[in-house]
Amino acid sequence: MCLAIPMKLIAITGEGTGKVDAGGVNADVSLMMLPHAQLGDFLIVHAGFGIEVLDAEEAETRLDLFRELAAATAEEEEA
Amino acid sequence: MNSAEEKRTAQALAREIRTICAAAGRPMQFMEVCGTHTMAIHASGLKSLLPGNLRLVSGPGCPVCVTEKGFIDEAILIGRKYDASLVTFGDLVRVPGSFGSLTTFRAEGGRVTVVYSPMDAITRALQESPRPTVFLGVGFETTIPTVAATLQAAGLRGVDNLFVLPAFKTIHRPLQILAAKDDLHGFLLPGHVSAIIGAGSYEYLVQDFNKPGAVAGFDPLDILVALRDLSRMAAEGRPEILNDYRRVVRNDGNPVARAIMDEVFEPADAVWRGLGVIPGSGLALRGTFTRFDARKHLPVEVPVAKDDPRCLCAAILTGSTTPDKCGLFGKECTPEDPVGPCMVSSEGTCAAYHKYGVA
Repeated sequence: MCLAIPMKLIAITGEGTGKVDAGGVNADVSLMMLPHAQLGDFLIVHAGFGIEVLDAEEAETRLDLFRELAAATAEEEEA
Repeated sequence: MNSAEEKRTAQALAREIRTICAAAGRPMQFMEVCGTHTMAIHASGLKSLLPGNLRLVSGPGCPVCVTEKGFIDEAILIGRKYDASLVTFGDLVRVPGSFGSLTTFRAEGGRVTVVYSPMDAITRALQESPRPTVFLGVGFETTIPTVAATLQAAGLRGVDNLFVLPAFKTIHRPLQILAAKDDLHGFLLPGHVSAIIGAGSYEYLVQDFNKPGAVAGFDPLDILVALRDLSRMAAEGRPEILNDYRRVVRNDGNPVARAIMDEVFEPADAVWRGLGVIPGSGLALRGTFTRFDARKHLPVEVPVAKDDPRCLCAAILTGSTTPDKCGLFGKECTPEDPVGPCMVSSEGTCAAYHKYGVA
């Protein structure tokens, strides 16, 4: 029940409301819990509310770490 | 990352976990507190990557599963007595009460609407006005602020026929009870609940219980990273709270969401299936927001409800047993015809075992 998915904020439509997009699917979102959300941010959306803004830098750090692990495994496979 | 890279990353993490567990030389048991993790773990089949001496058990973080049977009865009785329109998340509609579920109530002519967002309850209330419209308030800290924000909006818009029947739960108190269990050596902490309450809020696990915790995302690789960190901390006997979901979870969580929650709700005792009454582990409406309280304004006599004594849901929710040990599992109790809530909820442990096999 705590499912939440990242969606990109593509419009601010009013006081504390916006529109988000994920893969071409648009939805209304409440920004009441994210007063500092900006256009282009990826929001974590739960039950029609943005509950957090995705930290792009942390997301990239995570992928870098995974790529390193994958590369190490690939080397072992070749060895 | 492509799927080959993801697979290699998973293999690398699984290898680290196996090395740590082999060196530890003793069995370790961790609890995934959150039902959404339970489902992700089973759907991805990642248990098959784990060594035999690392065991994962499910916890109480499935809101529908820990909600007592009497809550369904209360909702249906309110629907009947006041000709009220019931509004709920989809997870709840097939949970068996003492005299049917919300689905059977609807089939008998009751008014039940399934919504995606609590805000949809306002729309429903306006359509139904002046008929009382009751939102069934089930959920943890991820969901509670969305209901609180909805009531703030309803207050501002003067919607006077909307009510909430609260059965909300907060995670810290039950976690303190479970942390005292000797056979649990660490906790995979919920991702989106932590987005609200903050990774820094679990320090008591270390200070009071000397047990590690890792906040995890819901991707299988996120879960493997957290399991690796938990294994290492448990094996070395150096517990900490690690945040392995930093792209979403801040140490302090989301203070704006908590302020909204605190304006509308105050702590109250709550009944948990499997854990009984836990003081201060639930929420009641606060101050002027009591005008939305269905329990106060639409009272009904709710008879004491009894769970089927053969159903092991309560023990499963505290990590004391697993669904395959239940005599009803897959026989009398299936997702189509469930006996207990752990088989109904899309994130119930029994539903996960039934759908993806006993790991």
